[in-house]
Amino acid sequence: MLDRIGVRAIDDLFDEIPRELRIDALTGVPEALPEMEVARLAAARAAVDGRPLNFIGAGAYEHHIPAPVWALASRGEIYSAYTPYQAEASQGTLQIMYEYQSMIAGLTAMDVSNASLYDGASALAEACLMAVRAHRRSKSARILLPATVNPAWRRVARAISEGQGLTLENLPFDAAQGRTDPKSLDRFAGQDITAVAIQQPNFFGQLEDADALTRWARANGALAIAAVNPVALALLAPPGEWGDGGVDIACGDAQPFGVPLSSGGPYVGFMACRMEHVRQMPGRIAGRTVDAEGKPGFTLTLQAREQHIRRGKATSNICTNQGLLMTAATIHLALLGPAGLERVARACVARTRQLVEALARLPGVREAFSGPRFHEAVLQLDRPVAPLLESLAAEGIIGGIDLARDYPELGNALLVCATETRTEGDIETYARALGRLLGRAAAA
Amino acid sequence: MTMRKPEPLIFELSRRDRGATAQYPSPEEADIPAGFRRKQPPPLPEVSELQAVRHYTRLSQLNFGIDTHFYPLGSCTMKYNPRACNSLAMLPGFLGRHPLAPAATGQGVLACLFELQEMLRHVTGMAGVSLTPMAGAQGEFAGVAMIRAYHRARGDTARNQIIVPDAAHGTNPATATMCGMKVREIPSRPDGDVDVAALDAALSPATAGIMLTNPSTLGVFERRIVEIARKVHEAGGLLYYDGANLNAILGKVRPGDMGFDVIHMNLHKTFSTPHGGGGPGSGAVGVGKRLLPFLPVPVVARDGERYRWLDERDLPGSIGRLSGFMGNTGVLLRAWVYMRILGAAGMRRVAEFSTLNANYLLARLTEAGFDAAYPGRRASHEFIITLKRQAREQGVTAMDFAKRLLDHGYHAPTTYFPLLVPECLLIEPTETETREELDGFVEALAAIRGEAESDAASVKSAPHTMPVRRLDDVRAARQLDIAWKPVAA
Repeated sequence: MLDRIGVRAIDDLFDEIPRELRIDALTGVPEALPEMEVARLAAARAAVDGRPLNFIGAGAYEHHIPAPVWALASRGEIYSAYTPYQAEASQGTLQIMYEYQSMIAGLTAMDVSNASLYDGASALAEACLMAVRAHRRSKSARILLPATVNPAWRRVARAISEGQGLTLENLPFDAAQGRTDPKSLDRFAGQDITAVAIQQPNFFGQLEDADALTRWARANGALAIAAVNPVALALLAPPGEWGDGGVDIACGDAQPFGVPLSSGGPYVGFMACRMEHVRQMPGRIAGRTVDAEGKPGFTLTLQAREQHIRRGKATSNICTNQGLLMTAATIHLALLGPAGLERVARACVARTRQLVEALARLPGVREAFSGPRFHEAVLQLDRPVAPLLESLAAEGIIGGIDLARDYPELGNALLVCATETRTEGDIETYARALGRLLGRAAAA
Repeated sequence: MTMRKPEPLIFELSRRDRGATAQYPSPEEADIPAGFRRKQPPPLPEVSELQAVRHYTRLSQLNFGIDTHFYPLGSCTMKYNPRACNSLAMLPGFLGRHPLAPAATGQGVLACLFELQEMLRHVTGMAGVSLTPMAGAQGEFAGVAMIRAYHRARGDTARNQIIVPDAAHGTNPATATMCGMKVREIPSRPDGDVDVAALDAALSPATAGIMLTNPSTLGVFERRIVEIARKVHEAGGLLYYDGANLNAILGKVRPGDMGFDVIHMNLHKTFSTPHGGGGPGSGAVGVGKRLLPFLPVPVVARDGERYRWLDERDLPGSIGRLSGFMGNTGVLLRAWVYMRILGAAGMRRVAEFSTLNANYLLARLTEAGFDAAYPGRRASHEFIITLKRQAREQGVTAMDFAKRLLDHGYHAPTTYFPLLVPECLLIEPTETETREELDGFVEALAAIRGEAESDAASVKSAPHTMPVRRLDDVRAARQLDIAWKPVAA
């Protein structure tokens, strides 16, 4: 091969790189290991992390994943394909994108969906930026962002939108119900507000008065953005039907559909919108069209929004999205269908109710909020949460998250979650362990 | 080779009350008040488990992937994704872990991530690394946001311009805009290097930085990089390294040594994590000393024998959080497996063999009478041929060649990018292809040129053996059909 090129050694191929910049060896990278050795090391580390009993949600949810989901998503034809630039050789990926878009549009009752964004948090950030582009009459770039929206998502929205001068205004929540009081928006009446964001269920698991908030947005000339848990949509009114006419943009994380917790990602952000805003939506979109013989087929479409065409004027810099996770979500939804998904949602509600009842029965534990909720709840304890969580973790129970940092006003507050994967036995195990800890601490 | 016939939509297979019932949990009562409830069930398909399995298996068979075809997509580094990376990242201990579980229960995954951070730091010659960006474009965002934060922290608020060469990926100007910067484009010279005179003219007290890909998207190494770095730094700007082409120089030369202040790496390119039909990616960023305080959080730290996450409280100057948790951890684990299997010497072989394969392919195509866009230059791990002559003489375009290649059993190279080279194919063979595969690709391109001579119409109407013929993109955009809707009952 070197002869064909006309050089003596491979190193000659690097002769355009200034000599003084070249290095002769890499330091700081260990020597190669055979696959078997790496497998042994990985297995040992994975075993260290074990399989504790998990009661955290907070944006990532443990659900049963049907066996076919990853058996199919891991097929080389899907796993090792690129973004479908050559549509004729990528009809599989493109049709899956189209089916996914249809499922997300159907679940949210919105007109259209893109083919995924990175995760729920960045999807909310993109939704805020999109609202500013889509709402041409609004000049303020002010978005009302309730304190009941996932705090990590709010941080991400802030970090991503900061360069474009957005103002994200905090909205306080009702202390008794743990949800946004629609009346708290009245102080913004008559002002130029670009959009109102609503998370349903909210970070505490409580159900917002989404209809009232959406109506307020419409009445005050603002767009409405929904951030929704997609499993909950099997039971709850979809954002496309909130407040009479529905919201403008719906987003969230489709991780609960076939995507494992996986220590934080990769997950899969989704975004859907009204047709009138489709040209402001970021991300890839697959469209159904016809081929030269008039047969139906699929291709990437509306690419004039995207960075590789529009460069500095694109709707977003996003190109790679979460194709593989989008595929897993599509297969997951195809397997569950409307009936299966509704069963999952109902089981989540029921298990969380059981969990809350079991824990609130313990002395020194009470439910923080009244009102309907989905599959998460806030409990208030008579002592700091962090040390209890540490002790529970030592017993193999991941007992929830401490809200002290993000919501100091809630006192010793603990956010817990139970999905269909937690059994009555699991809940009993947790309640008994916490009871012991509280008792022990009380006796000490 | 004729591929499978088209497959109906999953919705068209649906029949009422059919379902994969083994996947349903037991029925439960849910106490949601009526006012909050959905009135109609969502329009999801109702199919049996076998129907779903068969449908998605058939759809997969309509795709080209690296596992089935040579995929020389320039700038995308479509190399083999070792299967071990997937299976080890999916070990139950890693897969079942909630990201907010206490660090004490995640020491295994944190150890892997810390090692990955360290390996990437050394490979790039930077002072610190954050793994959190979820794709290359988000890594770019983090990089430019850090440059902006750096100038602001110094009170240097007038710096609002990012210089971008005309050969850059579209993400570069799009990112600069997202970060509230103005884009100043500079031309490339006929030999593919940046026009340094134009750079001189562009530098000013408004310069925040420059975004460069090196080797560039023109498939050549920027020879005056040291001089460029000096000039940009003297003007008060910082240098951003777009890591799309890091594969070409792995273990041979480091961006930190070239003078770059910040870099993103596409782990789904250089470190072989799968592309998955368009993601997930992972766009880890590395920074020099000056930008350390601004790294996006969280970052893994080691305190003695224990690992923990650093967050906003540890790095108050951070540009903040870009993902709900800690980035695409599963992708990071795959990159860790890849780097441990290859090791230091393997990293260097990546650059050597990918460059060897590219230069061999370029030499053979030139011998076969194709025109290199930058003759006389060494190819990096990719190179450009221009079909301008064929387009003029035979009326057959780069797009036609690309579509006909599919019939010959090869995925097409990147077409019509970079924008400044007419009728171009950007070809990146990667290090994992054999010589025989490369020879076959040369023969296919030569054969297509012959077909263009004898039967141009059949090349212009290719592909002929795919599940569909050439698709009507104009109709797709004008008569927008991007979501299936149930027929009203």
